Amino acid sequence: MHELSICRGIINQAEALAVEHNARRVTGIKVLIGPLSGVEPALLAQAFPLASAASVADGAELQIEYSAVVVRCTACDTESEVAPNRLLCKKCGAWQTQVIRGDEMLLASLELEKNETEPDRLAV
Amino acid sequence: MCDTCGCNVTPGNEHLVRADGKLSRTDDGKAAITVLQSLVSENDHQAAHNRDHFDRHGVLSVNLMSSPGSGKTALLEATIDALGHELKIGVVEGDLETENDAERIRARGVTAIQISTGSACHLDAHMVHSALHHMNLDELDLVFIENVGNLVCPASFDLGHHHNVTLLSVTEGDDKPAKYPVMFRAADLMLLSKADLLAVLDDFDTGKAERHLRELANNAPALELSAKTGAGMDAWFGWLRHQIGEQRERVARRETRVPAVQSEGKTLHTHDHGHIHSHAATEHAHAARARHRHTG
Ligand SMILES: Nc1nc2c(ncn2[C@@H]2O[C@H](COP(=O)(O)OP(=O)(O)OP(=O)(O)O)[C@@H](O)[C@H]2O)c(=O)[nH]1
Ligand SMILES: [Mg+2]
Ligand SMILES: [Zn+2]
Ligand SMILES: [Zn+2]
Ligand SMILES: [Zn+2]
Repeated sequence: MHELSICRGIINQAEALAVEHNARRVTGIKVLIGPLSGVEPALLAQAFPLASAASVADGAELQIEYSAVVVRCTACDTESEVAPNRLLCKKCGAWQTQVIRGDEMLLASLELEKNETEPDRLAV
Repeated sequence: MCDTCGCNVTPGNEHLVRADGKLSRTDDGKAAITVLQSLVSENDHQAAHNRDHFDRHGVLSVNLMSSPGSGKTALLEATIDALGHELKIGVVEGDLETENDAERIRARGVTAIQISTGSACHLDAHMVHSALHHMNLDELDLVFIENVGNLVCPASFDLGHHHNVTLLSVTEGDDKPAKYPVMFRAADLMLLSKADLLAVLDDFDTGKAERHLRELANNAPALELSAKTGAGMDAWFGWLRHQIGEQRERVARRETRVPAVQSEGKTLHTHDHGHIHSHAATEHAHAARARHRHTG
């Protein structure tokens, strides 16, 4: 169950970003996870309320986007959607492929509730 | 902080996370920001810092992973016995509940730093960092990190080492790479341990284990060996000597090596935050500023 430590990492990042962007609360967190990241979405969702309690992201909605595994063949350049334990090219069968999607574990975006009193120094 | 570092944004997933602007207002007055940073970016920064420690001292660092009882400590004992006169070896022990493994290593006359953080299921870069500060890296050529026996969790945490060595003992079955793809995809070397038992097992097929490894698009070598009888150990020692030579050359070129499992995004992507990583008095408050050197 390393998902709890991963959740703590998410919260720490969210806290730093909230300060940086002059926000008082984080109301939404979107993460992107692939099957080859070793992170289980269900376990992450379970650990999140625990890790976020009393933090700036307490009560935030955690949105988990789970991607498929896609490899690109280094021999014939074909892209194939594959199972996490069979990273083979579907066209020529080669195992010499590169994972181009499916091993990510990313904090994609945050939704913030801004402090109203102070100027929004980072607005674009 | 490297907010937009996006270490594993790849051409394949970029569209999923791309937003219009870095900061956009939603209707209800809330702000949405695009972040694109690894969920383990804190750990990654600490790992980069650890790797810097190893590299500054010209030390090669190897992370040993396997399920519980696959023979990690036995492999270390036999390796120390065989190479102890030729290489100066140190060990970081991730045996979280007991001092047993560290004591076995110390009995060989080698420094072993025990990481004891209770019942964690993996080591992380911060734990390894505290252990490193109890070691005199100047005196060492090679540091082994014996990870917690677990085929799942340790694979997600870079410790700042250079190579992942994954043991699969022949009693566990040749299908383990297919069952634990995240772990075996990360292997730079797969050791089929307890090979002396092959004689009494009729269902472990080394060729099959290797095939499962290839099906993870991993070209890591696979070596059969037995720490008990010594069979196959020379090839392992040869691999270690070779990697120590490679590490010395990298250090001379001021390069480093990150273990196998790196997404395309990470290898394509280089960045330098421009902070010089100085080892002054405030040394270790700065994990987040450790300089990255991704050289794949
Ligand atoms: N037959 C045989 N047994 C071995 C070999 N290597 C280790 N063993 C036995 O396997 C058991 C576990 O070995 P360890 O070296 O403690 O394994 P480990 O991976 O360090 O275990 P944990 O740290 O608890 O995960 C011990 O009883 C060893 O004697 C080997 O090459 N052949
Ligand atoms: Mg052990
Ligand atoms: Zn775990
Ligand atoms: Zn192909
Ligand atoms: Zn340090």
